[in-house]
Amino acid sequence: MIPQNFDYAAPSTIEEALELLADPEAKALAGGMSLIPLMKLRLAAPGRLVDLRRIAGLREIRQDDGALRIGALVTHSEIESSPLVRSRCPLLAETASHIGDLQVRNAGTIGGSIAHNDPAADYPAALFALEAKVKVAGKGTERTLPLEELVVDAMVTALEPGELITEVIVPVEAASTGTSYQKMRQPASGFAIVGVAARLEKSNGRIGSVRVGVTGLGPSGFRARRVEELLDGTAGSDGEIREAAAVVAEGVEANADLHASADYRRHLAQVFTVRAIRAALARAS
Amino acid sequence: MRSPKESQVRKLPESGVSRRGFLQGVSLGGGALGAAVLERPAEAAQSGVVGPGEVSITLWVNGKEHELRVEPRVTLLDALRDRLGLTGAKRVCDRGTCGACTVLVEGKAVYACTTLAIDAQGKNIQTIEGMTRGSELHPVMKAFVNNDAQQCGFCTPGFVVAAKAFIDEHPNPTEEDVMNGLGGNLCRCGTYIGIRKAVVEAAKAMGGRNA
Repeated sequence: MIPQNFDYAAPSTIEEALELLADPEAKALAGGMSLIPLMKLRLAAPGRLVDLRRIAGLREIRQDDGALRIGALVTHSEIESSPLVRSRCPLLAETASHIGDLQVRNAGTIGGSIAHNDPAADYPAALFALEAKVKVAGKGTERTLPLEELVVDAMVTALEPGELITEVIVPVEAASTGTSYQKMRQPASGFAIVGVAARLEKSNGRIGSVRVGVTGLGPSGFRARRVEELLDGTAGSDGEIREAAAVVAEGVEANADLHASADYRRHLAQVFTVRAIRAALARAS
Repeated sequence: MRSPKESQVRKLPESGVSRRGFLQGVSLGGGALGAAVLERPAEAAQSGVVGPGEVSITLWVNGKEHELRVEPRVTLLDALRDRLGLTGAKRVCDRGTCGACTVLVEGKAVYACTTLAIDAQGKNIQTIEGMTRGSELHPVMKAFVNNDAQQCGFCTPGFVVAAKAFIDEHPNPTEEDVMNGLGGNLCRCGTYIGIRKAVVEAAKAMGGRNA
């Protein structure tokens, strides 16, 4: 399989990249784990590839004002092994370690994954539970928006033509916060058939600040607000967790494909919500 | 080992001929477009834009420098196999799923089928061919032989390269670690049991250190 011809540039600054991306035929290349196969299958045929991998400024992870700012071109394996992410935002590091396989994690990037918005990607579960924000640059513009506003539908985002994700912003977590990502893995590709991330705090025997992010179930990842509401303020007994998890798929149009029917995905979403909340609870102190 | 040489491709002088201007210039030519584009020298591009015709690139493979001309759409796998005669990395799924094309770029296992050759310039590329020292097999290769870790053998080079990268980062793995760590490689003959044993044995033979 050979992609359609394209011209190619590998700029060294974001400004140069945005200039090159102003061409309506242009598409940004990050890790290539999704775009190159799509081009080989001729599902995508950009006339120009703007390779972002030589832009050093997009490959940094730094802590700033109670948040971690992760460059869009940081790979999954860099997130998985970063001491900063592991200690300050362990949910994101844990989620990155579950993505695809060794080869995919060595090349695939967080910005690329978010921009592609595959319904079965792992990151959305964690990023929704973390209430992540995404910094987006365009030619002469810059905006920061919650992930919730960026994702629109399966493979569709609110990115304007020529815009580029430059940074993903997640909170620095208190050591007492409990988090966990649990997924049903598609055995060949490693994609999430369903994946659930939970984040919560525990004080005086009660659960608070519950956030639950879900991926794989619907057209995009989402925050399961109803589950959060039901669980907030409870003691986190098994019965209470099950009762809250039971509503995770309510109002969601569940995906169906050759790997799992919609009914099975709804069932899995409940099972993995229970598991994620239990594991997060066990880690909270 | 010498460090890889930076390629010249991105240091082209600006010529002032914009891509759009060029395309407009030939747009009335109809059928001539393809030929004209292919023959357009890389130098005639806007601020570092090259292709879609062939571009000179330098690849640093197994410690040797190779100069070649490829279109930007040529993958590292096709450049290795079809241009450099290094056919150890195999083309199977050709879409970043099966792992048969695994090579090391800067010591990390990647799918050569989803890496553009032009993007691999200036990086240290290692293939299965670079793992032997003369006729002496690498410890991972020896362990694959000892444990019958292959049947038809088509997936084996990818597995061996991925296993080396895995052991470099996990010097004392269990069989379960190997199963998870090599999840990016598939074997249709189903020789996973032998492969897991081989990788654990190889890690022991390498003495828990990188090799």
